[in-house]
Parts: sequence; C-alpha cells; structure tokens
Amino acid sequence: MMILIPTWDTFLQAVANGLTLGSLYALVAIGYTMVYGILRLINFAHGDIFMMSMYFAFYMISIFYLPWYVAFLIVIVATGLLGILIERAAYKPLREAPRISLLISSIGVSFLLENFAVVAFSGIQRQYPSIPFFQNVISLGSVRVQRLSIFVPIIMAVLVVGLLFLVNYTKTGMAMRAASRDFETAKVMGININRVISMTFLIGSVLAAVGAMMWGMKYPQIQPYVGVMPGLKCFIAAVIGGIGNIKGAVIGALILGMLEILITLFFPGLSGYKDAIAFIALIVILLVRPTGLLGEKQAEKV
Amino acid sequence: MIEVENLKVNYGGIEAVKGISFSVPQGDIVTLIGANGAGKSTTLRTIAGLVKAKSGSIRFMGEEILGKDTVDIVSRGITLVPEGRRLFPDLTVMENIKIGAYLRKDKLDDDIEWIFDLFPRLKERHWQLAGTLSGGEQQMLAVARALMSRPKLMMMDEPSLGLAPLIVKGIFRIIQEINQRGVTILLIEQNANMALRIADMGYVMETGAITLQGPGKELLVNDEVRQAYLGS
Repeated sequence: MMILIPTWDTFLQAVANGLTLGSLYALVAIGYTMVYGILRLINFAHGDIFMMSMYFAFYMISIFYLPWYVAFLIVIVATGLLGILIERAAYKPLREAPRISLLISSIGVSFLLENFAVVAFSGIQRQYPSIPFFQNVISLGSVRVQRLSIFVPIIMAVLVVGLLFLVNYTKTGMAMRAASRDFETAKVMGININRVISMTFLIGSVLAAVGAMMWGMKYPQIQPYVGVMPGLKCFIAAVIGGIGNIKGAVIGALILGMLEILITLFFPGLSGYKDAIAFIALIVILLVRPTGLLGEKQAEKV
Repeated sequence: MIEVENLKVNYGGIEAVKGISFSVPQGDIVTLIGANGAGKSTTLRTIAGLVKAKSGSIRFMGEEILGKDTVDIVSRGITLVPEGRRLFPDLTVMENIKIGAYLRKDKLDDDIEWIFDLFPRLKERHWQLAGTLSGGEQQMLAVARALMSRPKLMMMDEPSLGLAPLIVKGIFRIIQEINQRGVTILLIEQNANMALRIADMGYVMETGAITLQGPGKELLVNDEVRQAYLGS
C-alpha cells in the first residue's frame, strides 16, 4: 500500500476539512445521543429527519426563492416540529411497551420518511442551492478554504456550549437529566415526562437541521436516501463517544471526521473504502471499550 | 385529609389490593404495616397515580384523585418518598433537593435552610453526587427532596429499610418533627415496632386486605400483632 506524504499545506487543508466534517457529524450525533439518553432508543429515523431538512432547504431556496436566512429559519422550525411529531405519533404510544418495539417503530418511521420523500420529492437527484455567502473561498495564510469550513466548527461549538449550559445549569436541563435516569421518580417530582421528551426531540432535530443545511452546501447532491450514510456514521460517532453523553458525541464525531479525511489523505489507495472507516472504528471501539470513550459509569451505590 | 374506600388494584396479574378502606386525618401519622407482598407499596403507588386501580375511590381534601395523572396529584400537595430512596444518583445533593421543588415558582432559600438544619450532613455534602452518599444519608436526602415540595401529605415507603438501628431512630425522630410542623404522614413499614410507636392510627395489611386496625399504642400491645410482626 502506498503512503502519500502530503505537503504541510495539504495537511493543514485536510485538518481543516476533517474539523468541518467532524463538526457536521457532531450536530447530528447529538440527536442520537440525547434521544438514547432519555428513551434508551436508537432513533433510526434521525438520519431521515436530516434528509428532510435538506429537502426543506432545497424547496425554500430553489423553488420558493426565499433568501437563505429566511429559508434556514423556516427549515429549523419545520424540522423541529417534524421531530416532535414523529415522537408523538410513533414513540409516545409505545411508552409502556418493551424497548424493542420502540426500535422497530423507529425503523418504520425511517422507511416511511424515505418513501415519502421518493413520492413527494421524486427519486431523482436534486442540486442543493449554492449560497455564495458561505461558499466563497477565503485564504488563511497558505490554506484556502470555503468560508463554510470556518463557520461550521464555530456554529457547532456555540450550539454545543449552549446545549451543555441548558442541560447542566437550567431547571429544564435538570428535569431532563432526572427523567433520563428514572421516569417514575421524575413524575413524583412533578416533572412532565412527555414535555421533557418532546424537548429532547426538538433539540436533536434542530441540531440535525443546522447540520443538514451546512452538509448540503458541502455535498450538494440530494436524493431521498441521502440521510442514510451520514445517519449511520453519526450514530457510530455517538457510540464511539459513549452513547447518552453529549460531550462524548462531539468528541466521537470529531475523531471520526478527522480519521476519515486523514486516512484518505495518507493512503489515497484506500479512498474507495472511505465509508468503511467509520464501521471499522465502531468494531474496534466495541471490542476495546464497549461503553465508548466517555461512557456512562455503571458503578452506583444503592 | 385522605379517604381511601374499597380500593382494588391488580398488579402483575394478581389482585394485590383487595378492596381496602382507610383514612388519614389531617395532621396525623398513620401507618400501614404488614409483611412483604401484603400490598402496602401498591397502595401508596396507587395513591400517587403510578399504578392504575381497578375500582374504588381515593379522595384527597374532598376531591377524587383516583385516575388522575401523577403530576396532577403531586401538584395538589401529595408527595412520595419511594421505596429504596430512588434518588437521582448522577445529580448532586443540592440538585436532588432543588428538584423536589420542581413545581414551585417561589424562592427556595428558607426551605433549603430548614432542610440543612434538619440534616446538617446534607449541607456538608451538598456538592457531592447523590450516588456517593451512604444509605442513611441517601434516606435523609430522599426525605429532604420530598419536603421541598411543601407537601400537605407525605407518604413514605419503608424509610428504615436497610439502615442501621441508630440511623432508623434518627429517621423516625425526624418524621415526628416533620409531622409537628403540620405535615400529615402516611407511613409504610415492616419495622412495625418503630412505626406503631409514633403512629396515631395503624392498619395491618395481609395479602391485600386490612385485617386489623386501631390506634398505634393499642396495636403495639395487641397479641396478634406482637406474634406476627414484633417477634414476641
């Protein structure tokens, strides 16, 4: 196998790309980890919520000619509502059911969204609109990147800091952490479980929407199954970081994004296996550290 | 304050509570004693709305609460100190105290001060994760958490379970102190001796039915109770 020694500039360029890709993964991975934290559910529909967001943006900008900032606002609201709607329709009725039923229901929602997209948006590939504001190329020293590459990590970082503040230092966040541990006792405290769960889906979907809108600018071909691979990879990122842990999801996503870009940089011969890297990483982490890097500690005094 | 009438509850495929009736007058301590599986916990959990009843009636301050949602019941001034404490282990002691007051919108400072007077140990450890406390401290925290909602009725499910005798004494002293401050108490215990000593009224439950009832002091000297629950 050939190892390519890149120039310093190419290397920096790749690191910048890895950071951008990792940040996009992080925005989606948080949704997986938060929903798992509260419902112990791997929400298979999350990747398809991501796909729906891209279509929403496509319609708002390319069909209805809305300015991108207005469109983005609508997309965020619409995706948030979609997340809540899915929870109400497909998961809430199964609150008392065994967890496997919930999982099957989420797979059902995933297929439903994909097929809905085929029917409603047609299966042909569409071109995500280009937004010059984000896509203009700027130079940082000798590295030339799209403005997007700078914005994505910053937006991700701001949102994550905000989210961590919400979860750790507000009353709502306290209710979320309590409910994620023990529904019944949380109810006795007066916490409205359904509202907490809706809130979780709202946050996860909104972050996925932000990720999707940026993703579209970087990878502009969209079709109804566009959410499948990013969805799987972001789920893996959440597992690597320790599912249920928000910081873990971010770290896992950044590692995964960086790995993908750097491995294809150093081993161009492996670029065909780009998508396999995440799955290999998953197998390795499950063998070495099944609870993930920041996985929940099981030790607990009763 | 609370009247339970002809309450029947099916739980896990069996009739766990077979038509019991009892009442808790305002300001009293009432205890339900009985062996494991007698249906005591199910009764409390039904009052709290965590378990659905088959039939009967539970009236709190004159209003029917059977079939109401737990959050609704709790907001009327009922709280439960659950069996096995059920703290939130990865929240701090302080957060566990504050979450007890989740439904309140007013200032908590005075209440927290009172709680720390009652349980100085919790003040020392307010920054620790609740999961790291000892059994006795966890029970104190569970009581503290329940008090933060300013309950009218506090239901306690086996507060002495798994605690050393000296600590049990302390817990019971605090139950009386709380009661003197006007909180009505419904207490479930296997430790019949301690419970009957502080109770105004006691009910003995056996396999889902109430078989004996009377003032705590009387049950304490009752031959059947002594043989079955006091081991003498």
